[in-house]
Amino acid sequence: MTANFSKGPGVNLSKGQAISLQKQDGGTLTAVRMGLGWQAAPRRGLFGSRTREIDLDASAVLFADKQPVDVVFFRHLVSDDGSVRHTGDNLVGGAGQGGDDEAILVDLQRVPVHIDQIVFTVNSFTGQTFQEVQNAFCRLVDETNGQELARYTLDGGGQYTAQIMAKVHRAGAGWQMTALGSPANGRTFQDLMPAILPGL
Amino acid sequence: MAAELVRGQNHPLTQTRLEIRVSAGAPVVAGATLSDDEGRVLGRDWVAHPGAPALPGLEVPRQAAADHRLAVDLDAVPEAAHRVSVLLALPTGPGDPDRFGAVVAPFVAVTGLDGSEVASYTITDLDAESAVVALELYRRQGAWKVRAVGQGYAGGLGALLSDQGLPDARALAGEIGEAVARGLARTVAPPPPRTAASGSSAMADATGAASHASSPGTHPPAGPPRSTQPPSPAEPQSSPDPRPAHEPQPARPSGQTGPVNYTHPGRQAPAPPAPAPTAPPGEPGQPAVPVAGDATGWSMDERLYNQVWGMFEDLARCVAAYRSAVDFADSRMEQELDKALSDPRSRIGGQGDAAREAARAKHGHLVDRAREVLDRDLAQLAAESAVVEPALPPAYAGWDNPVWHAYRSPMEIPMALRLGDLQLPESRSVGLRIPMLVRLPLERGMWIDSGRSGADALTESDELRRRALRSAVELAARLLAVYPAGEFAVHVIDPAGSAAGALAPLVRAGVLVAPPAAGVSGVSEALARLTQRVDLVQMAVRGGAADALPPDLDTAEQLLIVNDFPHGFDDRAVTRLRYLADEGPAVGVHLLMVADREDAAEYGPVLDPLWRALLRLTPVPDDHLADPWVGHAWTYEPPNVPPGSRVLEQVLEEVARARREQDI
Repeated sequence: MTANFSKGPGVNLSKGQAISLQKQDGGTLTAVRMGLGWQAAPRRGLFGSRTREIDLDASAVLFADKQPVDVVFFRHLVSDDGSVRHTGDNLVGGAGQGGDDEAILVDLQRVPVHIDQIVFTVNSFTGQTFQEVQNAFCRLVDETNGQELARYTLDGGGQYTAQIMAKVHRAGAGWQMTALGSPANGRTFQDLMPAILPGL
Repeated sequence: MAAELVRGQNHPLTQTRLEIRVSAGAPVVAGATLSDDEGRVLGRDWVAHPGAPALPGLEVPRQAAADHRLAVDLDAVPEAAHRVSVLLALPTGPGDPDRFGAVVAPFVAVTGLDGSEVASYTITDLDAESAVVALELYRRQGAWKVRAVGQGYAGGLGALLSDQGLPDARALAGEIGEAVARGLARTVAPPPPRTAASGSSAMADATGAASHASSPGTHPPAGPPRSTQPPSPAEPQSSPDPRPAHEPQPARPSGQTGPVNYTHPGRQAPAPPAPAPTAPPGEPGQPAVPVAGDATGWSMDERLYNQVWGMFEDLARCVAAYRSAVDFADSRMEQELDKALSDPRSRIGGQGDAAREAARAKHGHLVDRAREVLDRDLAQLAAESAVVEPALPPAYAGWDNPVWHAYRSPMEIPMALRLGDLQLPESRSVGLRIPMLVRLPLERGMWIDSGRSGADALTESDELRRRALRSAVELAARLLAVYPAGEFAVHVIDPAGSAAGALAPLVRAGVLVAPPAAGVSGVSEALARLTQRVDLVQMAVRGGAADALPPDLDTAEQLLIVNDFPHGFDDRAVTRLRYLADEGPAVGVHLLMVADREDAAEYGPVLDPLWRALLRLTPVPDDHLADPWVGHAWTYEPPNVPPGSRVLEQVLEEVARARREQDI
């Protein structure tokens, strides 16, 4: 992805921090993109230039009152109601250039009325732990003008294969994003349900 | 729905027995390699190519051709193989193009055994490359996926194979070239489209080769590759090179290499399409005012087609959102009522009633809000439909649309045809109907169900049969009308003559190929004629010998209307009909059955595949069609001619007039 994203006013979130999703001019957001990027950590030692492909998959789970209602992931790229769209599976990750490797678009106006939380997760499909991943981030971008609203950079990796990254949830008439950053283990989002539920 | 992949994109495969179709503008060599989990081809016995066309689970064509079918059985591929790469290469003979930049971008598609497309990929942006890895099928978590690769190699097959780690890649590439050269001598190119001005010598060649192609079993086996033997001069290298006929673009001066002109020869306007009309931005807070043709596409036809499909998807999804919200509200209320009931405190005083009341209020509130959103969306779609419907061309329009009164025989085949209207219960309140558009040429036959299995059990069965016949006649008339004059032919089988009344408009206008076939002999003759046509065309296509078709063969698409099935059908005729249903669509022969499945019950499950192969339509509204996104059950309504209207007769007269004019 080559679009220019201004680093501008985006907020760097830390775990547990929440921001209200509003335009700078105070208007309401209509469409946001949750972008995920990562890079395989280079190996040290002999043949150090050889990197292994790491396939991280981004998923979004739509909840109504803590009941999962729909899931968007690489096998189901669009939620039934059409409000959440996955742009497609990336199997290898980027060169860490700061662009998004996988992105999930959320049309906030079209999210069905009973959906009150959307949780974004990342799993390592190929089984590597996040120790082998570097420069992983998730960021929320205002899709209408490309402005970054919030960015959450993963801390140095650990011995786990999944991350519950963030949630976007209703707050009053608008939406909020909360950085969750809880580690979990699993290959696809189904394995993550027990880890997601406490964060709701 | 088939996925159109772009480079690097992947798609899950649910079947393991697949076909891979390749079509390119010029003859190409198609092959496949197996590689292990490191991406290495372990040896030459992991490469399927024209000299060694079959590996376990893989079969590739023996010769270079512009169109290929590769058979793949992923269950039979060795355990150790993790990836199947499909490759294309340009043949290396004299006069062959030496770079993909000089030929039309190759197109590859993964299809099921029934021909349904799973994924497709057009390999664009090739230039100096002469070999390319088109697709790879790879194992992932116990299942298979397909990825569009598009990796080209200027160094040809040798470079491609050595990149996959094959030790003696160059030697094998040489052998493949040799096997292809032997094979090329046997192929005959397709004719230039429609203008059959090729000389008699080409015709003679073709007939020779066709007799060859008619007996595929007698092909001399290409034999095991002989590693170092040079091409034998005794091989039929010197036979007349059939490839000059391979230049389908008349616009292109012969002998000129260089970038190919992608313009369709029949299309005279290479100028970029006029910009699509776009909806002006609406007032803040108000939805934009809809405009017809507000979608992507190169022509108004395509834009309207895309817009209609966009409306179809939007309606499917906004109803999904509404239903999901209502389901959730229902289940939440149920839980809360249960809880109120089991709570011992609720037995005291009015607490229980209050809790129940609160649960119902919450339910009502959520459903109201969901309904509000749905109403907003439906109003927007209804407004869009109100501007789109009047703008539709005849092929997309209902019979009540005035465009049919100004109907003139068209010059080009439209993108799609309206088969009827689709509705959901939620959309009925605002009278919103989505045109059901299917792509042309038709991909499958149709079956108009005259049985009483439909929802409308009150209608008399005679009345149902009558309506089914009328729907069939109107559908056939619509097909005749939207194809250019003479490019669509309609046959009718009516064994007992019971459809004479309904068929009258077609018969009177003189637009049928022959009078409706009656009696057992009529049935078998009509079927024999079309079966023979399917055989001939199929043989020619498989053998790459389209030249060999008899010059008097009608090139039009064919539609066979079958009334009263299985009346008048013996076992042999039933077999032929099934053959037509299976093999016909690929070569432009389609069925339109008007039948009650019950009537054919005595055949038992033998006919199940026949019914399944046909698109079921109903003469009365019936909710049996599903959308590709959410799977709602949509109510289909046939596009009936308004009562008292003479539009059908007028349109058929114009079809007949245009045909007479063409024949002069």
